[in-house]
Amino acid sequence: MSVAEPTLSETQLAAFREQLASDPIEYDGLAAEYDADEDSYHIETPTRQTTLTADELSTVDAEQAAYISNWYFYTQEVGGEVTQAFCRWLELADDRAVPDRYDALNSGIDREWGQLRVTTTLADDGARRYEIRHVDDSDADADALTTHTDPFDARDIGTLDAKGRYRPLRTAPSLDSGWIFSELTANEVYDAVEAFYPATVVNWHREQRGELDIDHWRDEQDRQSGIYNLITVLPDEAVEWAAAACCDDSQCLKRREWELSEDEPLDADGGDGVFPCREPCSMVVAAGREWAKLERDETQTYEFELTPSEKEQIEEIIDAVADDEIDEIREADIGNGANRWRARYLREKRFDDDGHLSGTPTHPDGHDDDGNDGDDGDDGE
Amino acid sequence: MQSLVIVAHGSHLNPDSATPTHTHADTIRATGAFDEVRTGFWKEEPSLREVLRTARGDDIYVVPLFISEGYFTERVIPRELRLEGWDPELWGSDGISADTATLVASDIDTEVHYCGPVGTHEAMTDVLVRRAESVTGDPSVGDGFGFAVVGHGTERNENSAKAIEYHTERIRETGRFDEVKALFMDEEPEVDDVADHFDSEDIIVVPLFIADGFHTQEDIPEDMGLTDDYRDGYDVPSEVDGHRIWYGGAVGTEELTADVILERAADAGADIGDAIARVRQRTKPTTQAAGD
Ligand code: SF4
Repeated sequence: MSVAEPTLSETQLAAFREQLASDPIEYDGLAAEYDADEDSYHIETPTRQTTLTADELSTVDAEQAAYISNWYFYTQEVGGEVTQAFCRWLELADDRAVPDRYDALNSGIDREWGQLRVTTTLADDGARRYEIRHVDDSDADADALTTHTDPFDARDIGTLDAKGRYRPLRTAPSLDSGWIFSELTANEVYDAVEAFYPATVVNWHREQRGELDIDHWRDEQDRQSGIYNLITVLPDEAVEWAAAACCDDSQCLKRREWELSEDEPLDADGGDGVFPCREPCSMVVAAGREWAKLERDETQTYEFELTPSEKEQIEEIIDAVADDEIDEIREADIGNGANRWRARYLREKRFDDDGHLSGTPTHPDGHDDDGNDGDDGDDGE
Repeated sequence: MQSLVIVAHGSHLNPDSATPTHTHADTIRATGAFDEVRTGFWKEEPSLREVLRTARGDDIYVVPLFISEGYFTERVIPRELRLEGWDPELWGSDGISADTATLVASDIDTEVHYCGPVGTHEAMTDVLVRRAESVTGDPSVGDGFGFAVVGHGTERNENSAKAIEYHTERIRETGRFDEVKALFMDEEPEVDDVADHFDSEDIIVVPLFIADGFHTQEDIPEDMGLTDDYRDGYDVPSEVDGHRIWYGGAVGTEELTADVILERAADAGADIGDAIARVRQRTKPTTQAAGD
């Protein structure tokens, strides 16, 4: 457990003296400098100013010690600007001064990053420790979860969903639960989050600094070559439908920031995710290519015989598939249009021997093309 | 700070496609030769577009975990990484001799060393031989054995066949195996008739592929007649037309592939100490005597 009053270690004090020997410190409410003439250290925090000799440094009071250990942690232990910014976000550093923050860290500060709940706590020496678990496991007893220590295990945890299906889109809200990383360092928490949600931290950081580089749909179209140049013929309204279908928060936790182009925003909601999506991902591009093919078809007028409830049933089936609710429909819930027996019954009644709805051929002029040319692109390497 | 970035194809459909990339990244990470090891994918995340920004180093080595030089290594990867001034000529390659080009990646405004793919590095020959050892469980396998190196063929990339021929020739030159041949999936000589191409009773078959997937786990075993249905599995060795076929699966899953990645980075100037020797030692099959 952590304590409220960190004391400074020899290592921390040595680093503090060494830094001040070359340059003053100004960090997160701490201002300190070394006066060579007096051989003394001047330390200033929001409510206190002290001047101490080198020997007295170890007796610095608890509040100033907290500021110094905070400086030490962020500047000496956390590698890299992006990790620093992320760890500061995790402990709400911009909202609270160090003493308040240390108080809060003693009981733990929780933040959510996608489906991750990250809890920051304080060790005796002011170093932070991080715990990551699934948001759905927030109230679970840690003993009931599978413990991991290697941050790169996050890669494997994120590969399959709870039903064992592959998750090619790592930011889909389908992360499996039941695991815990209970004691990670700052650099490890970064690696674990990066493994769960690749490149999200660095893009969030760029956005925080006002430097997020967004590549819009038209930029993507311009860049594509090879088989993907098909997406250049995807109509604009189809891009709108694709963004609404794929980038919705129910499908992807990134907040879509790309539009048709800088001056042509899409109507679809980009979502409320913490981390941004700066360009159409490879899944959306691959789907776009498929849609480009399908959108080349001209519409046809068909005539079907359906009862009103059958028409509604078809709508219910499409909804159930689109909202991934098939598995929740109970076997005997015959009232649900997407129930398996209901669907089988409809097929028996309305399909002919060739599988055509109401016996209506897809291509009345005779040529039989189901729109799938079997080309699975370049996915097979 | 020295970073290694391994770039690979990945897949939207097959969760095993990225496995070798991750495994080799872990092996190299464990050597401590690089301050960090990052991975990026054409079809997975982080994407090739964003992988460089995840790297923190100022001395960055990019190694493509691809088999041949061509469309991906010469066009897609340089474009996605935004390597300014890239031209395949910079590798000065005849299709199997790419080395390194050092260019600024505009995404991070930093120079990166863009290396040739693992598949055309000479050290890949050793990995093929290592796979022969691991699939037979015999560290001195060779006598009485035929060895087939299998590739796609030229349909999609003419260099793909060059890489196969190159390693086939190098294995042949060692004189270790009775016969060594290159076979292809979509052209003559075809892997389907593997037994027709060898006199040796025992034939080791290793596809020069990075990851196991549809081709190596379904097509090739069925085409060779190891099984009627890949879902039923097959024996190693399996009897086909009076030959014993020792099918090794994608060579890229062999742990020693990590060594080729290191070789590529070292050739480009990375300071990796004795990491190559340590990876060679570490990835040895347990059947092999220590000290070699
Ligand atoms: S393009 Fe859409 S689905 Fe893909 S990562 Fe961005 S927000 Fe998610």
